[in-house]
Amino acid sequence: MKLPPFEYASPRTLQEATTLLSKHNGDARPIAGGQSLLPLMAFRLAAPSLLVDLANIPGLDRIEIRDDGVHVGALTRWCQIEADRRLTAAHPLLSEAVKHIAHYQIRNRGTIGGSLAHADPAAEMPALAITCGAEITIAGAKVSRVLAAKDFITGPLETALEPGEVITSIRFPKWRSHRRWAFQEFSKRRGDFALGGVALHFDEDAQGHASEVHIGVFGTGDTPGRLSAAEEFVRGKKVDAGLAQAAGNIARSAVRVASDMHAGAAYRQALIGTLIERALVEAASRAIEE
Amino acid sequence: MQIRMTLNREPLEVEVMPRVTLADCLRHQLGKTGTHLACEHGVCGACTVIVNGQAVRSCLMLAVQANGAEVVTVEGLTPDDEEFGPLQQAFRKHNALQCGFCTSGMLTTAHALLTAEPDADHERIRSVIAGNICRCTGYLSIVDAIHEAGESYRANKERA
Ligand SMILES: Cc1cc2nc3c(=O)[nH]c(=O)nc-3n(C[C@H](O)[C@H](O)[C@H](O)COP(=O)(O)OP(=O)(O)OC[C@H]3O[C@@H](n4cnc5c(N)ncnc54)[C@H](O)[C@@H]3O)c2cc1C
Ligand code: FES
Ligand code: FES
Repeated sequence: MKLPPFEYASPRTLQEATTLLSKHNGDARPIAGGQSLLPLMAFRLAAPSLLVDLANIPGLDRIEIRDDGVHVGALTRWCQIEADRRLTAAHPLLSEAVKHIAHYQIRNRGTIGGSLAHADPAAEMPALAITCGAEITIAGAKVSRVLAAKDFITGPLETALEPGEVITSIRFPKWRSHRRWAFQEFSKRRGDFALGGVALHFDEDAQGHASEVHIGVFGTGDTPGRLSAAEEFVRGKKVDAGLAQAAGNIARSAVRVASDMHAGAAYRQALIGTLIERALVEAASRAIEE
Repeated sequence: MQIRMTLNREPLEVEVMPRVTLADCLRHQLGKTGTHLACEHGVCGACTVIVNGQAVRSCLMLAVQANGAEVVTVEGLTPDDEEFGPLQQAFRKHNALQCGFCTSGMLTTAHALLTAEPDADHERIRSVIAGNICRCTGYLSIVDAIHEAGESYRANKERA
């Protein structure tokens, strides 16, 4: 499969990139790692007339840990997040989730910004961003804006990005100490897109009751999202094996799923229920560092 | 577009169209046919080459994106064209190939891995080559070969 013809630009500043992109009336696309865009082009599902490479714009690939959370530059590659030891304390769920994304070689090129902009319903990062309440900073030729991840993802492979706009960074809100968390997914081959997955975290009050419960699922339907029925059920209760099983049952009937060539709807419902049960048990039993 | 890269330690310049992948540039324009193409959309790993020290899929990278990069293909793992390197020797010893189609991708992937992590254990090796499909061997011999070659990479690292 050969790519359809296009022009290529490799600007050195963000301003140049957004100007180039907005001049082409939506027919130009940014390229970051190319690990999703180039396959789309190979299949002729996309045929932009101009690719604007973001790789040579300095400063977009940094991970910064600040008072208001973890800021990850849009051009940060999976391998950089995986290798950043600071994140195991600053955001263990982010650190863990990234380990499940794609294969070794793809992880060396694929970026967090590219994954969010691609908005694959089975991808880990859009789900994690929504679960954690992350914010996405977007630069346009004239103005910049910040969107909550849940408002950014609008459909399967669809986002709120306007032509000419580029994601510059993602902020994950500050991680509370003693927070409980887990990440679970199932895929047929390690590194392939998951048939279903769950990311969750919650805090505990002095009595050990769960508060601030966030449960996100992906690979289920058109978009990843939080499962409020399961969150409400868990809130205010002590998480143990029995509760986890009951929460899994609630999730199983509440989750909206789609059938596709990879798995049927009934299978996916059962899978999500089981993954939520396992994730709650894992979160509750993990030793918390003082 | 005129691009410059270092290919297997030799600097060169080549004129490419933006739509040409690094894989096709290497094979058709630079004569490095050791890099194999199977799926051409990122799922099989046959086309793996090493760019600036990291294993990447050359079917998912544009040649123009390799401008200024250091590229190593499977040909670059046998510097003098005569002696096999430690990975290749281990592959021969363990019968870690049959038809050989996946082999260049396995070797380049493993070379990048062992250069960075010579202590990689079976578990780590398995998770890394999960992205490389082999239709013949059943993988066990490949994992064993890579693991055994780790020793030479460790010795090299200690010497350096
Ligand atoms: C075989 C295979 C398996 C994979 N498995 C997984 C998996 O299990 N889980 C997973 O999550 N992903 C998986 N991926 C996808 C991979 O993680 C991609 O790296 C990622 O989805 C896109 O990142 P990228 O930098 O390569 O983006 P690109 O391919 O460069 O771009 C993707 C899209 O985003 C746009 N874009 C890129 N950067 C920006 C930006 N900063 N601002 C605005 N728009 C932008 C592009 O225009 C394009 O539309 C897999 C890919 C392959 C080929
Ligand atoms: S040919 Fe590149 S991954 Fe299959
Ligand atoms: S040896 Fe034939 S595909 Fe691996």
